[in-house]
Amino acid sequence: MGFINYNFDWSVLWRHPYGELLIKGILTTLHLSLLAWILAVVLGLTVGILRVLQSPPVRFFGSAYVHIFRNIPFLVQLFFWYFAAPLLLPASTQEWLYDNVPNYSYWAGVAALGTYTASRVAEQFRSGLLAIPRDQYRAAYSTGLTTFQTYRHVIVPYAFRIIIPPFTTEFLTCFKNSALTMTIGVMEVTHTAYYIDSFTWHGLETTTAASMVYLSIALCVVFLMSVLEKRIHIPGMIDRRH
Amino acid sequence: MDLGVIARNFPFMAGGLLLTFELALITIAGGFLVGVVLALCRLSSRSWLYYPATVYVHFFRGLPLILVIFWLYFLSPVVTGSSLKAFNAAIISFVLFEAAYFAEIIRAGVQSLSRGQIMAAYSTGLTQFQSARHVILPQAVRNMVPALVTQAVIIFQDTSLAYVIGLREFLRRVNLVDAREARSVELYLFAGLVYFIICSVGSMAGSRLEKRTKRS
Amino acid sequence: MIDIKGVSLWYDNDRRVLDDITEVIGTGRTVVICGPSGSGKSSLLRCINGLEHFQKGEIFIDGISVQDTRTDIHKLRARIGMVFQHFELYPHMTAMHNITLAPMQVYKKTRREAEEKAMALLERVGIHEQAFKYPEELSGGQKQRVAIARALAMEPGTMLFDEPTSALDPEMISEVLDVMVGLARGGMTMIVVTHEMGFAREVADRIMFMDEGRIIENAGTSEFFNNPKSPRTRQFLRRILNYHA
Repeated sequence: MGFINYNFDWSVLWRHPYGELLIKGILTTLHLSLLAWILAVVLGLTVGILRVLQSPPVRFFGSAYVHIFRNIPFLVQLFFWYFAAPLLLPASTQEWLYDNVPNYSYWAGVAALGTYTASRVAEQFRSGLLAIPRDQYRAAYSTGLTTFQTYRHVIVPYAFRIIIPPFTTEFLTCFKNSALTMTIGVMEVTHTAYYIDSFTWHGLETTTAASMVYLSIALCVVFLMSVLEKRIHIPGMIDRRH
Repeated sequence: MDLGVIARNFPFMAGGLLLTFELALITIAGGFLVGVVLALCRLSSRSWLYYPATVYVHFFRGLPLILVIFWLYFLSPVVTGSSLKAFNAAIISFVLFEAAYFAEIIRAGVQSLSRGQIMAAYSTGLTQFQSARHVILPQAVRNMVPALVTQAVIIFQDTSLAYVIGLREFLRRVNLVDAREARSVELYLFAGLVYFIICSVGSMAGSRLEKRTKRS
Repeated sequence: MIDIKGVSLWYDNDRRVLDDITEVIGTGRTVVICGPSGSGKSSLLRCINGLEHFQKGEIFIDGISVQDTRTDIHKLRARIGMVFQHFELYPHMTAMHNITLAPMQVYKKTRREAEEKAMALLERVGIHEQAFKYPEELSGGQKQRVAIARALAMEPGTMLFDEPTSALDPEMISEVLDVMVGLARGGMTMIVVTHEMGFAREVADRIMFMDEGRIIENAGTSEFFNNPKSPRTRQFLRRILNYHA
C-alpha cells in the first residue's frame, strides 16, 4: 500500500519560503474573488433589470448577454480575456498594457470571473423579481404608494429574501471558479499548492491545505448566511424544505 | 482577421471535440449512477448511509473541480504506486465530482413531491416499494428533467478542464494552435462559438423535453 | 367498528396535537368532526389508518390493532378508504389508472377486473365519461369524485374524509356531498372532518367538536345543534352557522 512509502511532511505548509507563498496564495484567492464578485453584482443587477424591462430590444440585449456567457465554458472566456482581448486594443494601448500592468493575468482573471458570474447573478435577480406576484404591486399601489416607495418598502425587501439562498451559492461558486485563473498564471491558492509540489514533491499536503481553504470559506459563508436568514426570516413566507 | 487559421486547423481542432464528447458522455452516465446511490443514501433514515453520503456531497460541492483533479493526480501514485493515465484521471475525478451535483438534483426531485401524494398512495394500501415505483419516482423524474439537462450542459463545459492535465480535448487543441499561430482572437471566438452552439442546442432540447413531459 | 382508546400525539415542542382521545365509532355510523384549524381533527384521521404515528393509546379497527408493529398495516390501510382535501390524484395517470393502480398491486386483480370495477365506480359517482382524462383536465369536483372512487375501489369497510370540500368552488361542493350522502345512506362507516353543517345535519349520527387536541363536545346530531353543552361549542356554532347552510 502506497501510503507507507509516502513521507508526509506537513511542515511544508509553514516552512520558509513555502508558508509565505501559501498565505499569499490564499490572500490572492480572496481578493480576486471579492473584486470579481463586486463586478458581478453590479453588472448582474443591471442585466437582470434589463431583462424584465418593457422594451424588447433592451430585453433582447440582456437575454443575449446571459445566453452567451452561460453557454461558453469559463475557461474559454478566461483565455479570451487573457490571450485575445489585448490584441483587440490599438497597438499603443497594448504597449502601455504590457509595460504598466505587470500582473495582467490577475486583471484578466477578475474581468473574466466578474463578467461570467454576472450572467448567473443576472438570472437570479430576474427570477427574484419575477417571483413576486403582481398582486403585491397592486396592493401597494392601491394604498397610494408611488413606484419608488413600492420598490423600496415592499418589492426589494421581498425579493432580497427570495434571492439570498441562490446568491450564497453563487458567491461560493465564484470563489471556486477563481481557481481556474491558475491556467493563465495567477498565483492563487490552488496554483500555489501545485507550485509548491513541483519543488518539494509534497503535493498531497498542499492540496489538502488548499481544500481546507475552500471548505472553510464555504463553511463561513453558509454560517453567515444562516445567521442572516434567521434575522430576516418571516415565518411561513418562503417554503423551507421539510 | 485571418479566418483561414480556423479553416487550416479545423480537422485538428474538431478531432478534439470527439474526445470532449466522450468525456462528457461517460461523466454524465457515471455521475448520474453514482448520484442516484448518493441520493438514496441521503434520503434514507439510516445514519450509516445518511452521514457518509452527506459528507461526500458537501465535500465535493465545496471544492473547485480543478482541485479535485489535482487531488486525484497526487493521490493516485501514493495509493496505487503508479500514476494514472490522464484520461482515466480525468474521468474518475469528473465522475466523483459531478455525482455530488446529480445527487442533490435527484434528492430535490424526490423531495419536491407533496406529502399528500405519498399519503394518498399509502392510504390505498400500497407498500413503500409499490408507492415509490408507481407514484413517487415517475413524478420525481419529471420534476428533475430540467435540472438534469442543465447539469449535462455544465458537464460538457467542465470537460474543458481536462486541459490542465494535458488531455487533448477541444480547448487544449485550440490552445495549441494558438501557441503556434498566435491568432488568438479568431481562435477563441471560434472556440466560444462551437461551445455556444452545442450548449444552446442542448439547452433547447432540454426545454422541449420539459414541455413534453409536463403535458401529463 | 373503530375503537380509539386514550390516544395522544405530540411533536418535540411539547404541544399536544391529540390529548387523550377516546371514542368508539360503531359500524355503519357516520360521524362528523368539526372544529378550528389546528384542533387535531386531521391528525386523528391519519392516526386511524396508521399514516401518522401516535405515542400513547391504542386504536383497533374491527379488533385489529393499528399501533401493533406485527399488524400488516398495508392490508389494514386497504380496508380503510381516505379522501383528502387537495384530492391528491396522481397527476401522471388517467382517472382510470388512478383507480385501478391499488386493486391491481395490492389485491392482484387483473387489469380487466380492475377496469370493470373502476368503470362501475365512476358511473356511481357520475363521471364515467372522464375515465381516460388526466387530473389536470378535470374540475375540482370531478377530481374529488375520482378520489372517492379510488378509495372505494379497495372495497373499504370504513371511509375517512379529511375536509373533502374545503378546496372546492362553491358550485361543486354539492356534487361531492351528494356522493357522500349516498355512501352514508348505503351503510358505510364514515368519519368526516368538515365545516359543512348542512351535510352533518342530514346524515351524521353523531357530531364531535374538537379544539386543541381534545374532544369538547360529542353528541347525537339534533342534540349537538339544539342543545350544545360546552360554551366553546356554542361559540363555534354561532360563528359558523351565520354563514353556512
